[in-house]
Amino acid sequence: MDDLDIEEASDEEVEQMTAAEALAMVEKAWLNEKFSPELLPHKQDLVDVMLDQLNDMEKNISRAKKGDLKVSIHKMEIDRIRYVLASFLRIRLEKIEKFVHHLLEEEAQLGEDVPSRMSPEELQHAKNFAANMETLFNDVVLRHMPRNLKKLEGSKVAVGPYQDSYVFLQVQEQVDQVMVDTAGDQGDEAIDLEKGSQHIMRYRVVAPLITNDAVTLI
Amino acid sequence: MYGEKAVELIRQLHRSPDGSLPPFNEDGIRQVLEEMRVLFEQNQADVNKTVDGAPGLFPGVQLRHAALERNKRCLLAYMCNRMERLRTMRWEFGSVLPPDIKYNLSEQEIQWFSRYNKSLATYMRSIGGPSGGGLDLTQDLKPPKSLYIEVRCLMDHGEFETEDGTILLLKKDSQHFLQRSQCEHLIRQGVLEHIL
Repeated sequence: MDDLDIEEASDEEVEQMTAAEALAMVEKAWLNEKFSPELLPHKQDLVDVMLDQLNDMEKNISRAKKGDLKVSIHKMEIDRIRYVLASFLRIRLEKIEKFVHHLLEEEAQLGEDVPSRMSPEELQHAKNFAANMETLFNDVVLRHMPRNLKKLEGSKVAVGPYQDSYVFLQVQEQVDQVMVDTAGDQGDEAIDLEKGSQHIMRYRVVAPLITNDAVTLI
Repeated sequence: MYGEKAVELIRQLHRSPDGSLPPFNEDGIRQVLEEMRVLFEQNQADVNKTVDGAPGLFPGVQLRHAALERNKRCLLAYMCNRMERLRTMRWEFGSVLPPDIKYNLSEQEIQWFSRYNKSLATYMRSIGGPSGGGLDLTQDLKPPKSLYIEVRCLMDHGEFETEDGTILLLKKDSQHFLQRSQCEHLIRQGVLEHIL
């Protein structure tokens, strides 16, 4: 038991705060990703840091005595963090596969210095997925079609995220003058988002605010 | 009527319950493709006649072209929806499909499945950088409620070694109190059953 205590105190005292912060950030990213209709920019660094942390924790635990109550509690914590991480990446993968043509098209139009939404590995998987799908369609049906219909027109069949779906959000930082186009004929309307308040809004309106952490989806 | 056979394919897929996959209807697809071939040839003949000066054939050409596009769309939808169901199964059953499902797949779909597996495995191994060792995303599908769960064996599985080195004999109808993370895959394989 003492083992575990000392280990944690010395190893993590400096990083203690950052570890907790990292977890909070992972959880925020997870919820944002879960409730947003489109794929958000990847958080690869954060995921890497968190996984490192998990491996460290597991090493610490393996040195502790068997049957210790603390061990079970720590293991439970590890399981929870691992679930959040796996779920986060799973949701991303689902979106990537669903919108694969749309995302790859967007990718192709990106400028040199604009960061991609996907991590390099996710991008590779997306490319594999699209190619794989095309091979399947080609081999079974497209190949046998009359010659003017042989091509799979990606842009025609691509599914994109529905940007007008409504999302619940909580305001983290005061944002003034957010333009909301009302459904009626009053035209656009500017509203102020008070810190700590909660709203239901169309995703399109708040999308830029999510990326700079001014609001979080709940 | 044009396009009827293609819609029949879609209906067939739609009628089958979620999570199951009806046999690959190769015959149906062949019939639709045959219909498309005939339509296309008629169109070409009519276009040639129009070019030669025959009047009044153009509406027919347009109608047939619309039918062609519709058929194409239906075939692609059929393939795409089967593919999506297959994908769901990868997450449910793991990388090896049960034989009764495999029986209903076409040759190309089996190939698609193994390529998808490969790509997914590569991606999962790459998570966490080269030193991270990857993360199996198909584990931890449900939020963990407790560290240990009570399970009952549904079949004889033989010996099972837990993480701390204890060896258990998993015998049919015996009950155990195990760590969730260690027996999750056995539950999904149907060896163990989670008792609530």
